[in-house]
Amino acid sequence: MTAASQTTNQAAPKTATVALRGPDAGTARTALLFAVGLAVAGAAPFALYPVFVMKVLCFALFACAFNLLIGFAGLLSFGHAAFFGGAAYVTAHSVKVWGLPPEAGLLLGVLAGAFLGLIFGVIAIRRQGIYFAMITLALSQMVFFMALQMKFTGGEDGIQGVPRGVLFGIFDLTQPLTMYYAVLAIFVVGFALIWRTVHSPFGQVLKAIRENEPRAISLGYRTDRYKLVAFVLSASLAGLAGGTKALVFQLASLTDVQWQMSGEVVLMTLLGGMGTLFGPVVGAGLVVTLESYLAATSLPVPVVIGAIFVVCVLLFRRGIVGEILARLPGAR
Amino acid sequence: MFDLLGVPPQALFGQLLLGLINGSFYALLSLGLAVIFGMLNVINFAHGALYMVGAFVAWLLLNYLGLGYWWALFLAPTAVGLIGVVLEKTMLSRLYKLDHLYGLLLTFGLALIFEGAFRHFYGVSGQPYPIPDLLKGGQNLGFMFLPNYRGWVVVSSLIVCFGTWFAIERTRLGAYLRAATENPVLVQAFGINVPVMVSATYAFGVALAGLAGVLAAPIYQVSPLMGSNLIIIVFAVVVIGGMGSILGAILTGLGLGLMEGLTKVFYPEASNIVVFVVMAIVLLIKPAGLFGRER
Repeated sequence: MTAASQTTNQAAPKTATVALRGPDAGTARTALLFAVGLAVAGAAPFALYPVFVMKVLCFALFACAFNLLIGFAGLLSFGHAAFFGGAAYVTAHSVKVWGLPPEAGLLLGVLAGAFLGLIFGVIAIRRQGIYFAMITLALSQMVFFMALQMKFTGGEDGIQGVPRGVLFGIFDLTQPLTMYYAVLAIFVVGFALIWRTVHSPFGQVLKAIRENEPRAISLGYRTDRYKLVAFVLSASLAGLAGGTKALVFQLASLTDVQWQMSGEVVLMTLLGGMGTLFGPVVGAGLVVTLESYLAATSLPVPVVIGAIFVVCVLLFRRGIVGEILARLPGAR
Repeated sequence: MFDLLGVPPQALFGQLLLGLINGSFYALLSLGLAVIFGMLNVINFAHGALYMVGAFVAWLLLNYLGLGYWWALFLAPTAVGLIGVVLEKTMLSRLYKLDHLYGLLLTFGLALIFEGAFRHFYGVSGQPYPIPDLLKGGQNLGFMFLPNYRGWVVVSSLIVCFGTWFAIERTRLGAYLRAATENPVLVQAFGINVPVMVSATYAFGVALAGLAGVLAAPIYQVSPLMGSNLIIIVFAVVVIGGMGSILGAILTGLGLGLMEGLTKVFYPEASNIVVFVVMAIVLLIKPAGLFGRER
């Protein structure tokens, strides 16, 4: 029925449940991986350019939020740029023009993402599968045109020179390292929330909907409501990522709401592995690295991105982390 | 001169004509999407990119081989159709057993490749394409001035659209096609080569997009970006019309083009988003689309 379940169905029987590993078997390994990842991320700004790592973290959170829908509820949204970019605009505007502190700006950004997500969700959930993707894409294009024409977004210029401010009145975000650890903390909170959601009874119902929606309905679940809640949650987290991005780069622009951005987050998730917790993080890291590397060459970025898309869809639909999990001897 | 709600009739009819032209392109493209979806169960994201390729083939033919519009009208859709056969045989055919979403993702990647490649070589600025001599000039209809070329675009795309409708709904080949949409295995058992039919359907669908590209070349400039913005509107058109019906796709395309033209006259700020607003309203009232069946 859904993308992720198809992937698992394609696999050999012994790996058939790879995307559905239960909490008990996976928890220890997940916790270990998470601890290692956190240690690496904590040390990263001393080895790499902090803004680069912050960009990776923002997009990793964005991709994780997107993955909550496609990987665990089986909903392909092609309009996530609207939440990311919409929240970036709201955060940037409230911090720069209204002079709010960064935490309030982020909160408003998250609320903007949630609000847009609610509208998109109510409309798009009325159709399934391929139509869902087309509707979310169309709605996000509408948000793009509105961003192009509305006064507060600054049209083609975007909102530039957004002040980073002082978080909670204590942490001065103009210091690169302070900003970095704030972004890392935001990412960890978002990731933990997703992890908790996936492993909650709510997450189990989402997976049931992904695997067989008519069956879930027949068991008495109001699947549309579950989908809507998942959609709003995903949009809010995408909003959190967008708002953070606006603070990091001190910029909110049309690039953030364009359909290419929606495509990019799909690619990150697909490349890393749909329905895996760490896949989107790996995918985001690879895509951001690749783009900053390609920017220095004469190779056209969209062509390379498109080619990766084609290769992923044709040859390895499980993504990098999905492939690793499928080949891991201990994975049940 | 009389005024309609404070709008001079010249402006009103001019915008309506432009709307009708846009509507013809929406109709041609959504028709192709519907035909492809019916047979392949793939939403062809590359449709807009192939429309752009069609326009570029016309431009390249003119500038490198000196072949004019009438040659392009035939050669460009053929070229795009051949590209379609290659794409279908080498890539899309591997995905039929999987979820439909993979077809969308694959064609999205293809769209990025086409668009990125043309952008790399020809930049983002548009290239002008001249109107053929035969269709220069225009007619004064009394209430408005009708440029010949624009009239030609509307008439010829209507002919192509209804010709396609006739071929699918009223001929024997169309009957095979519709049967294969319902049950490919059974149709194959009757001795009809379904894989070839599938390739041909995809080629035909994208050739329609290529044709639309050639028709559009003299009106809009030939630019690598001309397809990507159009395809999203066409998606909305397809959602509004529902993909169950060929006639529905044509009528929805034309109707929305006209509606866009009217919006440009009375409330220009909303002209970019009116199609999406209509889509949202239709989904709230009739989720299956105006002509669609739930499937």
